[in-house]
Amino acid sequence: MPEPILTLTGLDAFYGDFQALYGVDLEVSEGEVLAIIGANGAGKTTLLRSIAGLIGNEASQITYRGRSIGNARPDVVAQMGLAMVPEGRQLFPSLSVEENLMIGGRVNREGPWNLRKVYDLFPILEERKAQASTSLSGGQQQMVAIGRALMANPDLIMFDEISLGLAPVIIRDIYKALPGIVGGGMSAVIVEQDITKALAVSSRVYCLQEGRVSLEGRSDAVSREDIARAYFGVE
Amino acid sequence: MNTDIRVSRTSNAAKVAAALGALIVVILIAAPYWAGRADLRLMGEVFLYLALASLWNLLAGYAGLVSVGQQAYVGFGGYMLFALTIFAGLPPLVAIALAGVLGALISIPVAALIFRLRGAYFAIGTWVMAEVFRLVFAQVSALGGGSGTSLPTDIVRSMADDRSAREALSYWLALGAALIVVTAVYLLLRSRKGLALTAIRDNELASASLGIDIWRTKFFVYVVTSGLTAVIGALIFLQKLRISPDAAFSVNDWTAFVIFIVVIGGIGTIEGPIIGTLVFFLLRETLADLGTIYLMVLGLVAIVVMLKAPHGIWGFIRHRFNLQLFPLGYRVVIADHTKGV
Amino acid sequence: MDFLNAVVQGTLLGGLYALFAAGLSLIFGVMRLVNIAHGDLIVLAAYLGLTTTVVLGVHPLVALIVVVPAMAGIGYVLQRGVLNHTLGDDILPPLLVTFGLSVIIQNALLEGYSADPQKMDAGVLETASVALGPLSLGLLPLLTFAIAVAVIAGLQWTFYRTPLGRAFRATSDNQDIAQLMGLNKRHVFGLAMALALAVTAVAGILLGIRTSFDPSVGGGRLIFGFEAVIIGGLGNLWGTLVGGVILGVAQTLGATINPGWQLLAGHIAFLVILAVRPNGLFPRISG
Repeated sequence: MPEPILTLTGLDAFYGDFQALYGVDLEVSEGEVLAIIGANGAGKTTLLRSIAGLIGNEASQITYRGRSIGNARPDVVAQMGLAMVPEGRQLFPSLSVEENLMIGGRVNREGPWNLRKVYDLFPILEERKAQASTSLSGGQQQMVAIGRALMANPDLIMFDEISLGLAPVIIRDIYKALPGIVGGGMSAVIVEQDITKALAVSSRVYCLQEGRVSLEGRSDAVSREDIARAYFGVE
Repeated sequence: MNTDIRVSRTSNAAKVAAALGALIVVILIAAPYWAGRADLRLMGEVFLYLALASLWNLLAGYAGLVSVGQQAYVGFGGYMLFALTIFAGLPPLVAIALAGVLGALISIPVAALIFRLRGAYFAIGTWVMAEVFRLVFAQVSALGGGSGTSLPTDIVRSMADDRSAREALSYWLALGAALIVVTAVYLLLRSRKGLALTAIRDNELASASLGIDIWRTKFFVYVVTSGLTAVIGALIFLQKLRISPDAAFSVNDWTAFVIFIVVIGGIGTIEGPIIGTLVFFLLRETLADLGTIYLMVLGLVAIVVMLKAPHGIWGFIRHRFNLQLFPLGYRVVIADHTKGV
Repeated sequence: MDFLNAVVQGTLLGGLYALFAAGLSLIFGVMRLVNIAHGDLIVLAAYLGLTTTVVLGVHPLVALIVVVPAMAGIGYVLQRGVLNHTLGDDILPPLLVTFGLSVIIQNALLEGYSADPQKMDAGVLETASVALGPLSLGLLPLLTFAIAVAVIAGLQWTFYRTPLGRAFRATSDNQDIAQLMGLNKRHVFGLAMALALAVTAVAGILLGIRTSFDPSVGGGRLIFGFEAVIIGGLGNLWGTLVGGVILGVAQTLGATINPGWQLLAGHIAFLVILAVRPNGLFPRISG
């Protein structure tokens, strides 16, 4: 088994006095696609925000390539090669499509991704590059959000609910593009409501329930019954 | 286990504070009989600042209306005292009360305009209004224009014949005004409107969804505060006996100091302005010789408090000792009889 | 004739007000901060300019070479050292901290320079004028207006055509996501304040050449700048220039009727626009 590049060790996360994660242990290996599933409020987004540095944690609870980053600032985490496609796209409304992509390239890391490559992956974006990002359809906005994260040439890319609010045909297109994105050694963490999709694209899966890991296993080995139990906590 | 849970508004500390407070008020009322002339004057000033600070605290700390232009109403009240006594021949006490009514009235169109500005821009908008007031009064030549005017001696004499009686009266007015203002703020905050205010302060969106009319509640507080501030303004210039646009509408004297008092004492609490006023005068009386340095220190202390202890001195004490001298909220009292405490 | 002259002079005066306003508008646009000490920082820049001209014996406009970077540095340090700690959902901390700052700057200037009015000597620039038909246009007001247009064009370019401007806009749109793009928001805010105070330095020097100043005049400059921002519409730099011009024209027109009405007329123009168009003439962002 390859060395893990990201390790969570007993991760606790808080919003003020409210605890959202309880002692989560998780590993992501080099080149691996990991899926995280769970009901609403199970702590999936909190988990990604903790890794990205948007929520402060104990330094030692998150290590990335041997460095403790639990309390690192989000911009520092980004520079180290972790990128995120946030839930709901969250493009910058006052930036054009191309500017949104360029701001993603600000971290200036070496790698295969640049404007040209992103436009090759999503040709529609090149046609729309001068438009305001808010004028695009939901699916196109999701492409910008993915392209923006790729522009950073990350080693690990995190997708938060990429299919949320999109038409099924768009979701299919985006998932079709996924192998081309995460190939070439890049690791990915995918948070997804659609369990079938999540299992199809990932090699391993974690299920969260009320802030705790309730299931962990190979995506092709977990049964529907296991997942139902881990998801809802019912026998 | 014999546990008795009650919901109570009061506490032992509040009862002790009320008794102690009553005693202090009696001693203060008697001050003209035991204090010297300079002390009496200083204490009068303390009370007027306490009143201004309590009013600004109501406005900014509870209603979220951060004004840096309350000097508009201080100056307006002062000028109304002079105008109503000199031109309309009203007795000073009547003029003071009327100044309050007029201050509240004029604040209605002002609020209608500046309530269009939000947050920090509202703050500067209030300052513009104060400037407008200053420039308008500077144009009134019957009140001395830009250089100002003094209260004619016959009007001063009409209050009381000899000087010490006048000074005692002036002192009692200031003390009375401070007591009325602090009590009024306290009662307002205990009322339904007060609960609405606290709700708005804590979460504007949520309280709007509960059907609290935020605009009207804030408007009401602004008008009441402005009227009362005008009364205090009239009392301030009754003490000074002389008024000019620059003194009447001074942003430093009537807003900067007041803000520092509230911030240092503890914004959003009734006790804060009282403590802040005491600290402010303590600093002023000990450091006043330093002049500009003293003001820089004051500004610095306010910044440090805002950054490091945003709830001020009182917030620190309350947090440390769980004290509340003016009980506003309800608290759950658990009496655990098994421990026999 | 008097009327036309007043309008032209007021327009040129509006350039100075736009310079007062541009920095305010910039930092509000990037971090929603309203800096009450802005006027006092303009006055501080004027004093720095005065000291530079006296110590180095240079022309006030040459002093810009010293004062602009100095103010930018002060802005960066101020933002990172103090103002960044005040930003958040609550509007009280930034307001009260900059208010405290205002008092500190004012009294520090009083301590250092006394309350006596000062003025910078710009030689012939102060008196030279250009005849335009029946009008006589002062060279200094013309230059001030031209600088204002250039500064606003430069800010506009920076905002919409450079990586720095992209960073400003992205951080303004969504601080969290901007940080995920590797932007350190504290640094971005520091740069925004540095740029704002660099503009303030230009405004301060031009103010100090045009009129005499003393430590107490900051509040008035803040108010003029603020009025220009609101008249023009929040977040719109060119709108700020229009706002400055409207304010300047209202003041000079008021002054032709009665010298005592100069400032009052400006405030009244502001209040009328606030009553009729509460979001200003060309709003870009909602307050």
